[in-house]
Amino acid sequence: MYRETEILQQTSPGIIGETGEFTINVGPQHPATHGVLHLVITLSGETIKKVEPHLGYIHRSIEKMCESLNYRQFIYVTSRMDYLSAHINNHACALCVEKGLQIEVPPRAQVIRILMDELTRVASHELWWGAMAMDLGAFTPFFHAFRERESINEIMEETCGARLTMNYIAPGGVVQDLHPDFQRRVKEFLKLYKRKIHEYDELVTGNIIFQNRMKGIGMLSAKDAISYGVTGPAARGSNVSSDIRKIQPYEIYDKLEFDEVLETGCDSFARYMVRIREMQQSIRIIEQLIDNIPEGDFQAKTKAVLKLPKGEFYTRVETARGELGVYIVSEGGTTPYRIKFRSPGFSNLSVLDHIARGSKIGDLVAMMGTLDLVIPDIDR
Amino acid sequence: MFLTDYIKDVTGALKSLATGMKRTLYYFTHHKEIITEQYPDNRATLVMADRFKGEVVMPHDEKNEHRCTGCTACELACPNGTIKVVTKFDITPEGKKKKAIDKLVYHLELCTMCNLCVQACPSDAIKMAQTFEHSVFDRSKLTKILNNPGSKIMEGVE
Repeated sequence: MYRETEILQQTSPGIIGETGEFTINVGPQHPATHGVLHLVITLSGETIKKVEPHLGYIHRSIEKMCESLNYRQFIYVTSRMDYLSAHINNHACALCVEKGLQIEVPPRAQVIRILMDELTRVASHELWWGAMAMDLGAFTPFFHAFRERESINEIMEETCGARLTMNYIAPGGVVQDLHPDFQRRVKEFLKLYKRKIHEYDELVTGNIIFQNRMKGIGMLSAKDAISYGVTGPAARGSNVSSDIRKIQPYEIYDKLEFDEVLETGCDSFARYMVRIREMQQSIRIIEQLIDNIPEGDFQAKTKAVLKLPKGEFYTRVETARGELGVYIVSEGGTTPYRIKFRSPGFSNLSVLDHIARGSKIGDLVAMMGTLDLVIPDIDR
Repeated sequence: MFLTDYIKDVTGALKSLATGMKRTLYYFTHHKEIITEQYPDNRATLVMADRFKGEVVMPHDEKNEHRCTGCTACELACPNGTIKVVTKFDITPEGKKKKAIDKLVYHLELCTMCNLCVQACPSDAIKMAQTFEHSVFDRSKLTKILNNPGSKIMEGVE
């Protein structure tokens, strides 16, 4: 059975051994871990020798649950994995089912999906920005970030009917057509965002305390980022090109103009800057699409009961945290035989031990913040 | 050389802190920019979005009639087993047996507001309500029967 004391004895014999090392627990209930993440940290004085994440506190066996749900039902469960990019998770699953059934999604539905994806990405990065600053002791930015995020949430509430777990995507398109007010509300948001974005730099990015705590901390070389399987903004901060929207475009991302944000700093500050700049790229995508939503159906004609042909299907999308892969094995029935999610959070967490070794305990929270961990995404 | 760098660092640092403080002071003096909603106090004026998914309800008209045929499409579509349809057999005036719902049991405590039941319903008998204050003192109060007592199916709904 799982015993905390046994694990502690294995990781470091005696709480303070002969070498002067000692072990402390961060979490599972800790304000800085954003969820039930449990880190067992071996310290020598203030220097981190080892970080061991213990997982499973919020494991809900989503992959196993999906095996008993049909292809329309299993999409909603995936909102609960990475709840900050719930819409993008749903998108990945719908793409996989559509790949199996070879459904052509109408252009209007594709544009709606991408608009929602990018709004979700901005909302997710804004929450991250507020939480990141709060981890480092600044409380005000959290409220500034939530002000902009709130207007995105209101748009989601109006069109999708929910603020966080939208469940707006069905195989073949989207569930409902856009709300008549959608375009006006998004344009209002864009105006608000442009008026307020300079505050982010004034409050946090330019701040000397923030910069000193971020620059040169948590170095992750490009080689290590690739070998640990780090994706998303965390990898792009180390100059690793990993944007699925560019590498393997889905929907109409290949027709849109946006840049893959890359930073060469390899440290926490580079990963921070990637997300700040990525928000502006998302805004650029929204601006291109908001006036060009094609008319037509919002959903392709599908059968009432979906049956995937026998075989294996894999799709991947870029969530706010990195690459999300959905792997479905079908035996030809109405439910999947096996589902596997390749979640970005799990791979990004694996690198924490590597980047934290040798640095001070006070910097651990800053490093963890820049990896943007969402614990339900790690455990699933 | 060392001294000039040191002074430059200190002035730069102070400047960056002052920039942040300026922003904070701006909001301290500009109360109109604050957008916080005083939630429990603004209940009377609070309007939820018309698509907001609060709970499943079954609309009845003034004659206490609903549109549910008891086809169990919602029960099959629900991923959590939230809805249970209990059917009975009515005797029509011609003397035939006709299937109708006895009660439509809805477990709010299991519901995740995914909207799949409303989409699955072929006769638009159920819809999502915009209520969201669901807390009660007893869990059994969350199990609801959606059709009103004594209600029957609307004419012409098959």
